[in-house]
Amino acid sequence: MTVDEWLSAAETDARRRGLEDLTPLLRALAKATAALRAAEWNQRAAGVHEDPPSRAGSR
Amino acid sequence: MSDAWTHRQIRELAPALASGEVCPIALTEQVLARAAASPLNAFTTLLTEQALAEAETAAREIADGHYRGPLHGIPVSVKDLFRVAGAPTTAASAVTARTPSPHDAPVVAKLRAAGAVVLGTCNLHEFAFGTTGEDSAFGPTLHPLDTKRSPGGSSSGSAVSVAAGLAFASLGTDTGGSVRIPAAACGLVGLKPTAGEITCDGVIPLAPSLDHVGPLTRSVADARIVYHAIRDRSPSPTLGKPTTGRLGCPRPYFFDLLDTSVRMVTEQALTRLTDAGWLVTDTPIAHAADTAVVCLHLVLAEAAAMHAEGLEHQPEDYTQGVRLRLELGRYVQAEDYVRAERGRQVLTAAVDAALKGQSALALPALAIPAHRLGTEAVDFGATRESLRNAMLRLTQLFNATGHPAVSIPCGTTPDGLPVGLQLVGRRHQTDQLLAVAEACEAVLG
Repeated sequence: MTVDEWLSAAETDARRRGLEDLTPLLRALAKATAALRAAEWNQRAAGVHEDPPSRAGSR
Repeated sequence: MSDAWTHRQIRELAPALASGEVCPIALTEQVLARAAASPLNAFTTLLTEQALAEAETAAREIADGHYRGPLHGIPVSVKDLFRVAGAPTTAASAVTARTPSPHDAPVVAKLRAAGAVVLGTCNLHEFAFGTTGEDSAFGPTLHPLDTKRSPGGSSSGSAVSVAAGLAFASLGTDTGGSVRIPAAACGLVGLKPTAGEITCDGVIPLAPSLDHVGPLTRSVADARIVYHAIRDRSPSPTLGKPTTGRLGCPRPYFFDLLDTSVRMVTEQALTRLTDAGWLVTDTPIAHAADTAVVCLHLVLAEAAAMHAEGLEHQPEDYTQGVRLRLELGRYVQAEDYVRAERGRQVLTAAVDAALKGQSALALPALAIPAHRLGTEAVDFGATRESLRNAMLRLTQLFNATGHPAVSIPCGTTPDGLPVGLQLVGRRHQTDQLLAVAEACEAVLG
């Protein structure tokens, strides 16, 4: 799930639960999550692989 | 008994108690009276009768020649997050019951075993989930030097009790800086030992992988006395006392955004240390700029897990700010918590690397002096930052990495507000950090 997809779903859920005041905090968290995923040491966890998985190996 | 003893250090008071010059009963009566009359809102429960009974026991034991050591007969306070027999553990929240605890947390039991007199429990930021002490079911704790200002938090009442002469030491907790921040704001010593050195059993958790127990005191020597009394392991071999050494100064990130007066006082302190023979060198910590995003995901997710039941059944009983942060944690995705854990490992290695060849790292403990109550954001030149982020920015890294860290007073701003210098040591070498801190204190005190 991308950060944008997550934020949209989280804002909808917060509104449904009557927690409209959570919206600015969710947006701040979304920025922090994007920064976390973009961290240099976290590229592999973000889906950027130095060595893409081999299709041949998955047969 | 004269009031002269109420602001003294434990190391000064202990010989007077041991010799009979000072009576623990009179001393306890005096600080209890001061605490009861104080307008600073430092205590949530005063255990008056229980404390006097403990003082009587201490007086009898000392008179009989059974002196237990430097905490014997010393009145202390405990953050209202620890189980303390006879007092409710409220966490400064309407969520918790008001039933007195039948037993002590192990660290409180250790204080009592060392002969300390437990005066009562101290106000805090609700569930320790905040940096100011302003969100509390008991109302805000007030700064001893200016009651329109915050003493910092979350161990706000602990700091105020020691700074205002209402206790001689206090136990606090530190998940992102909650011992070091109020220590810096109130001109005290605040120690966060190495992670895992002091048990958190019997303490209401906030984020278990980041939570630490630590003392707030009036000197490094006093911090060592309390630390030795409450830690799980026996004291390490006697260490040499350094008078000088090498201090690594991690300027990128940690010095980027500072209040101008905090920057001035910190630079003056580093100059004084240099003049005294310390070698102060620039020592960046790699990836330090990622600290906030790593810590945020860890603390939010763990705190939400700790409070899942409360959020389901008593959401309205939390203060609004704490409730919203806890709710926010329920939206942290598992994959991002795992990423943050990876970040913790990277940052731990980076701090280890920065400490190579250094006696300690030296940096400010708090980017701003004690703030006015109600402040929500801070301006650093053209950069505006939320108060919470500004207060956590310099301390929380070492909760994630587990390195021991201590804030010591290093001067005051032109307005007379205290500034704290933070020293960070190698993991599992808290005693060595205290030795460095004591040597620096001798220069800066």
